[in-house]
Amino acid sequence: MAVTVVFIGKLADLAGEGEREVTAPLSWGGLEDALGADLAEAASQDRTKIAVNGAVLADKTTLQAKDGDEVALLPPVSGG
Amino acid sequence: MARDVQLLNRGFSPGKALGLFAKAHPDSGGIASFVGKVRPDGDVKVLELISYERLTLPGMETLAKEVDSRWQLDGLLIHHRTGHMRPGAPIVLVAAAARHRRDAFEAVDFAMDHLKSRSWFWKREKRSDGWHWIEPREEDHADAKRWDV
Repeated sequence: MAVTVVFIGKLADLAGEGEREVTAPLSWGGLEDALGADLAEAASQDRTKIAVNGAVLADKTTLQAKDGDEVALLPPVSGG
Repeated sequence: MARDVQLLNRGFSPGKALGLFAKAHPDSGGIASFVGKVRPDGDVKVLELISYERLTLPGMETLAKEVDSRWQLDGLLIHHRTGHMRPGAPIVLVAAAARHRRDAFEAVDFAMDHLKSRSWFWKREKRSDGWHWIEPREEDHADAKRWDV
């Protein structure tokens, strides 16, 4: 029973890995707890977005991920 | 309209892709294209573009659909690199085939402005002192806002 949390760009540097398995189900509070202080701080910044299975959340605090879901932490895009 | 949207993880030839695109649209009155390259300036040795599978290509396809709905085109091509690139290497090719030139020019301009500011890519560059993440540029956002009407 796990959610895969994917770190993109500089958040992967901060995490020291590209992804991490976290126990399901996963809420915003649960994600903050699972990330640790530095990553939770980066994730809570306005410009950091969260996607669940490729759908970007309008309000990340509504996060509700279940077993098998992929949650991605997305820093501001730098463009193509 | 024929849409050819691709995310490429290795080097490509914009000239070759454009030749094939022109061949596929023999009845168009004109084709406009843009090639974006890694700018050979200063100390940059390598540029890395990072994509996210679940967002990047779907986002490019959504952009292509929007271009399609705004201009009268016969065909639209968007090829974009990910991965490591050297200065001078092509990053992106956008081409639009249309009956009339204005549609082709504007479609390419719009697609590039949106790729530069609103597409799901993250960049870092390697300089002599290591890797640096590239932050979003205000100019790119301003360029894209020109079309928000």
